Amino acid sequence: MVKKTLIAATAISLSAMALTACGSDSDSSAGADGDSGNGSITMGFAQVGAESGWRSANTKSIEDSAKEAGIDLKFSDAQQKQENQIKAIRSYIQQKVDVIAFSPVVETGWDTVLQEAKRANIPVILTDRAVDSEDTSLYKTFLGSDFVEEGQKAGQWLVDNAADSDVDGDGDIDVVQLEGTTGAAPAIDRGEGFADAISADPKISVIASQTGDFTRDGGKQVMESFLQSEKGIDVVFAHNDDMGLGAIEAIKAAGLTPGKDIKIITVDAVKDGMTALAAGEINYIVECNPLLGPQLMDLAEKVVAGEDVPERVVTEETTFDQEQAAEALPTREY
Amino acid sequence: MTDTLTRPTPSGSPGPSPAPQRRLRASSSTKALLWPVLALVVLLVVNVVATPSFFDIRLQDGHLFGPLVDIARNSAPVMLVALGMTLVIATRGIDLSVGAIAAIAGAVACVHMAGSSAEGAFATAAVGCFTALAVCLVLGLWNGFLVSVVGIQPIIATLVLMVAGRGLAQLITDGQITTVNNDSFSNLASGFVLAVPLATVVAVAVVALTALVVRRTALGMLVESVGINPEASRLAGVRSRTIIWTVYVFSGLCAGLAGLIIAANTRSVNANSLGLFIELDAILAVVIGGTSLAGGRFSILGTVVGAVFITTLTRTVVNVGIPSEANYLFKALVVVAVCLLQSPRARAAFRVRRVRPAAPTSAPTSKAGLA
Repeated sequence: MVKKTLIAATAISLSAMALTACGSDSDSSAGADGDSGNGSITMGFAQVGAESGWRSANTKSIEDSAKEAGIDLKFSDAQQKQENQIKAIRSYIQQKVDVIAFSPVVETGWDTVLQEAKRANIPVILTDRAVDSEDTSLYKTFLGSDFVEEGQKAGQWLVDNAADSDVDGDGDIDVVQLEGTTGAAPAIDRGEGFADAISADPKISVIASQTGDFTRDGGKQVMESFLQSEKGIDVVFAHNDDMGLGAIEAIKAAGLTPGKDIKIITVDAVKDGMTALAAGEINYIVECNPLLGPQLMDLAEKVVAGEDVPERVVTEETTFDQEQAAEALPTREY
Repeated sequence: MTDTLTRPTPSGSPGPSPAPQRRLRASSSTKALLWPVLALVVLLVVNVVATPSFFDIRLQDGHLFGPLVDIARNSAPVMLVALGMTLVIATRGIDLSVGAIAAIAGAVACVHMAGSSAEGAFATAAVGCFTALAVCLVLGLWNGFLVSVVGIQPIIATLVLMVAGRGLAQLITDGQITTVNNDSFSNLASGFVLAVPLATVVAVAVVALTALVVRRTALGMLVESVGINPEASRLAGVRSRTIIWTVYVFSGLCAGLAGLIIAANTRSVNANSLGLFIELDAILAVVIGGTSLAGGRFSILGTVVGAVFITTLTRTVVNVGIPSEANYLFKALVVVAVCLLQSPRARAAFRVRRVRPAAPTSAPTSKAGLA
């Protein structure tokens, strides 16, 4: 058995090596500007994958706004794998696109391929997620949400609505937190921002916190446990809508009314979350906007034209309470 | 190429192993179950210390409600997947594709319901679920075909579907989280029969039925004989190919049913996360339950204990308040401890001596048979 497993493991790692080797020898250093001549911009975009409704909306926004702006978009889906993304970026360099944009799957390991893009004089724009690199000259700008701010907005709402949020009337507002995937930037930053904002009110405290992996099933199971082990929960803060939706199921199963007996705050504002918000089962949602296509195209045009752009551009985002959700829901795209 | 790679293993290992294995089984099967049960009890005690109300069960809206009920309900999917995995492992195979199959089952059922004109109808849920199980049957046939007919090593053969299956599930759901509003479907996970969670009833029924079929007929022994030596079994008149093929189909069906329960639990399917890593939980449940990864012996009762143990462990992490960062480390430490407890050699090394039971010579075979 051990032998078999070893053979299998070797086979897998060999094939993985072969895969990465395919993309490694394309070193393009054509410095010339590869304009297609008719003045239109060509953009190569390397997407993370299609792992969630949020991501699909993100992709659609980019495709639609590229069409609108008359930008020729070359799109690739990395299926959550860094090597696929690196391969895609290398092929964009070879095709001499005018600008490369991508949402990095992971934070590290981008220096080599970004160096290649820099040598080829192709500007790079990061979207949605940042890279962890010492050399900030490797990319022009980073367009994406400020996760810390999202957490702060969620906490600020609770501070502002503290009077209504002490559901059990014991004078303290006890919050349980459903964290995102451990180690993921949105999970860390949203937690930080929230903690930061609620520190303004000593009555508010997080009494328990556990990861629900950004999934409904995870959120439901963790909430089931919290409902038994923690006394007097007033508020749930979930790092995304899906975990909040899972928590709603758990709260209902315990014979309580979500939104009334326990207040719920989430981040994202996807359609299912907005529906629950409009129905009164969630109390407040901080938007994490996937529709960054128009802003991206705007930045791309500026970058290609050689204009200066800020190093960090925050996506335009809003927040929703129950009434706003009911208004926004009919026209919600994702 | 695969043939030349695999050949040495079957001819090399089974020579000396069957006899000691048999003896081991006769002497340790019932005792082996003692350790996982003990570990489960310890885990429950830890929970009670952390939350004194942990054993409280009350009637809530006409059904049972409490931490233990949650555990019984939440262990249903792992139990089902592990049940299928037990038989596969007993034939010296492994099925890595169960998580992906579960995702496909959830996707097929939910997409069918969401696209139907009568989304909330019982018939829609039934058709959706049966379509999903039919798809899983086909996927199981595919796995079984690769292993038993083509002769690819199980770990590789099922790896194909493990990787491709999730992509397939994504295609079915179009990469979206599909939410369905169907109370009949939702009841599969959240409903109750006579105050007992329906999911638990389904899982226990499938387990009991399987135990009956496998242990009250010769089928279980034939599965074990194939696991010990497929070639010798074939020469002895056992249709090893059919048996191997069947266990993969069964595993696929179990995984599909588990996928339906998981999807019903949140009334939605997320092709990316549904059943993610459930194959590892299932393999762990099987191993904790005392089934040998080398094939040739299995314990269904042990697997049930293993599945409940894993679900309780997940619950313990939250209940005791282990920080998210230390989550996996805590689980790993507990699992390692249980595995060490189960190993006679490790126990001897730690000098954990127990009084020998008086006469375990003849009885355990039949007891193991029931298990």
